Amino acid sequence: MRLERRTSTPASLVLLNIALVLGLMAATGSVLIAQAGAPVGASWLALLNGAFGSKLAITETLTRATPLIFTGLACAIAFRSRLWNIGAEGQLYAGALAVAALGSGVIQAPGYVLIPIVMLAAALAGAAMLMGPALLKRYMNVDDVVTTLLLNFIMALFVSIMVQGPMRDPMSMGWPQTLPVLDEATLDKLITQSRLHTGLLLALALSVVLALMESRSVFGLQRRAVGLNPEAARFAGIPATRVLLWTTMISGGLAGIAGAVEVMGMRGYVTGDLSPGFGYTGVIVAMLAQLHPLGVPVAAVLVASVFVGADAMSRMFNVPSFIADVMVSLSLLSMLAGSFFLSYRIRR
Amino acid sequence: MSKAHSEVAPPALQLHGIAKYFGEVCANEDISLELAQGQILGLLGENGAGKTTLISILFGHYVADRGHIDVFGKPLVPGSQRAAIAAGIGLVHQHFTLAGNLTVLDNVLVGTESLWAPASARSHARARLRALSEQFGLRVDPDALVQRLSVGEQQRVEILKSLYRQARILVLDEPTAVLTPGESLTLFEALRKMAAAGLSVILISHKLDEVLRVADQIAVLRAGRLVAQRAATALDRATLAELMVGRRVLRPQRQPLPKGEVIWALQDATIEGHSANARLRPATLSVHAHEIVGVVGVAGNGQHALLELACGLRAPNSGSVLLRGQRQGQPQHAALRRAGLARIPEDRHREGVVGDLEMWHNAILEDLSDPRFNHLGWLRKAAALEHTRALIAEFDIRCEGPAQRTRLLSGGNMQKLIVGRGMVTKPSFIVACQPVRGLDEGAIADVHARLLQARERGAAVLLVTDDLDEALALADRIVVIQNGSLSAPIAAQDFDVGRIGMLMLGQEEKTHAA
Repeated sequence: MRLERRTSTPASLVLLNIALVLGLMAATGSVLIAQAGAPVGASWLALLNGAFGSKLAITETLTRATPLIFTGLACAIAFRSRLWNIGAEGQLYAGALAVAALGSGVIQAPGYVLIPIVMLAAALAGAAMLMGPALLKRYMNVDDVVTTLLLNFIMALFVSIMVQGPMRDPMSMGWPQTLPVLDEATLDKLITQSRLHTGLLLALALSVVLALMESRSVFGLQRRAVGLNPEAARFAGIPATRVLLWTTMISGGLAGIAGAVEVMGMRGYVTGDLSPGFGYTGVIVAMLAQLHPLGVPVAAVLVASVFVGADAMSRMFNVPSFIADVMVSLSLLSMLAGSFFLSYRIRR
Repeated sequence: MSKAHSEVAPPALQLHGIAKYFGEVCANEDISLELAQGQILGLLGENGAGKTTLISILFGHYVADRGHIDVFGKPLVPGSQRAAIAAGIGLVHQHFTLAGNLTVLDNVLVGTESLWAPASARSHARARLRALSEQFGLRVDPDALVQRLSVGEQQRVEILKSLYRQARILVLDEPTAVLTPGESLTLFEALRKMAAAGLSVILISHKLDEVLRVADQIAVLRAGRLVAQRAATALDRATLAELMVGRRVLRPQRQPLPKGEVIWALQDATIEGHSANARLRPATLSVHAHEIVGVVGVAGNGQHALLELACGLRAPNSGSVLLRGQRQGQPQHAALRRAGLARIPEDRHREGVVGDLEMWHNAILEDLSDPRFNHLGWLRKAAALEHTRALIAEFDIRCEGPAQRTRLLSGGNMQKLIVGRGMVTKPSFIVACQPVRGLDEGAIADVHARLLQARERGAAVLLVTDDLDEALALADRIVVIQNGSLSAPIAAQDFDVGRIGMLMLGQEEKTHAA
């Protein structure tokens, strides 16, 4: 028996792969729900209802998906040119802190000026955080998985210092949180009486722009060449360092904007628990999307719906919402296994 | 009856109707071969003709779908390397399987002798190894560390390892690919001695001349089938080439031409590096219009550094590089392309193309800043597709179309794409490194013809190769590269294989005079 690379992948197999991923999520979810002693059918209904069953449920799912689209894009763009950015979580917080620093009164300006300024600052903060690992990778061959991952913990501690110390809101009655951002720096709601904000529109727009960049631009082709075969790219005269640095700016910037929209659209201020792992879940979203920018929103909504739905389910039947974590993680593993067989087949 | 039988020695090896399929691809079909004791069999065939598959079956890596193998008259258990070694088959891979941090003796003993053998067994083993290397003229110090040995010496260790295991049939896979002409001759002498001592040898190669020189019998594979097994004396080069390719192939001939002005020159250029391959000692060389300069040498002697300079991938540490009289500073890729540089890199899969991209991507990969394909940062796909279609037509690239995934092209067609994308701009300076490595005869003739056409048109060509025959056939002048130094150029009328071989080993004239 041996593995053989496929010359082409039939569309039916791609669909089968997606069906298998969803099937495995359903199967493991059912086993775990039954194990927790809840009625399986009713629990699933509660989950689906919680994710899509009402206008409120849908807006909640989309609200949860918004930061995941940004972090998913951040990972997808980086992974496509073999920059292993596992640090979106830390970059998200860097962006959030930048917003809190500039958006809470330091700059007084109308919204159409202030919002772009603080967004840009957040993007630069996220990019700056990724720049160190990228330069270490380029010039000293330091493993980027390790550096980006460990920077997350450094950033978590730094956020903790900032919200308890220099950036603490004096009016917070002792809670470790920053000053709230000004009204001018707050994103509008898309639908009244919901938490859904215009950050979603920005996320979708960026998905489209990045998809065009990847498929139609010279930079996209350079990025793909560097990612797929750095040696040949160098020989063809593609400036690999420049491509890497711009990739770093884009990927770190997207993760920084994830933090910005979460503060500007949802919370209004930064705390140490701003993100329930959006950066790490972004890795899963990117992989589920097969690193395609247009697949990212779809994967983000899927993952968000599992989390939001599982919360509703757990409220109703008192089953642990960690079931959602298991299902999402398993979806990643089965997707990875599935994608392998999309490009290889077994021959005897 | 049985007595009369044992007097006639059974053939060392008999293959009966071996067939092997991978999916619908037939790798071997009905191959029956016989190898007598004390005989050298040359196994010839182009890439993909099924040589490697056949040897893998013999050595137990694959199981044949049909057919069986007898070794010294006894059937060989299929699919077991252990059985193959026990039956006396020894395989010397093209890529050695030695541990560099162990001595020669330890490399031979690992996997051969028991781990619990007493220490005294070592001196006995050393003596046996010495005796073997004396007997066949395979000189190597048993106590030397393998990583300190030259490639030729390492190959001797591989052969000795098989002999130590009492191999009676020795299979060598492309053994001369890594050797200088002189080392190859030494190897052939050793093989002759082994044959005289009753051992049987299978020599796998695609070099016609060396097989004709050393083999008793020659078997030719084509597209998985055995097309001939004949005595070497009954064959000549032209017949063999025709048998291999299946049709008559004429390699293009170089016509003498007066050389033109200097196109590319090195003046005392040096590159500092940590390995012999990445280093260039002060080098001076000029390549003229209407001229092909061949740079030959054993792989890993500074070719890499020379190519980095010639391809404009880096600037020299000292000295200068001149392209059409312009001194080259920090290389600017797009400017070099405009100045007329074309490159054919050494390894098409690693350096030549991005296999997972489509053909049209690779066709324009070197010219991404060219306004023909780049409009304010956006790809001009229609123009690129048009350009690729023109390349496909002009260079006769067999493919499904410009959107085909590049890695699905055959080696020859992939090389045509690389050659085509370089040549289509009518370059004035062409750097070609191992341009025909791994190609079949038809594709070789095609690439060589393209290089000669470019020379006729007035281009200067720097041809870096480890195939001396290729350099002799194409080059107007030959320069030998050895340990980062370039020899003085040798003009075509003074080509002398013996002398070039000596230079490749770094033994300038000394052995000649002695």
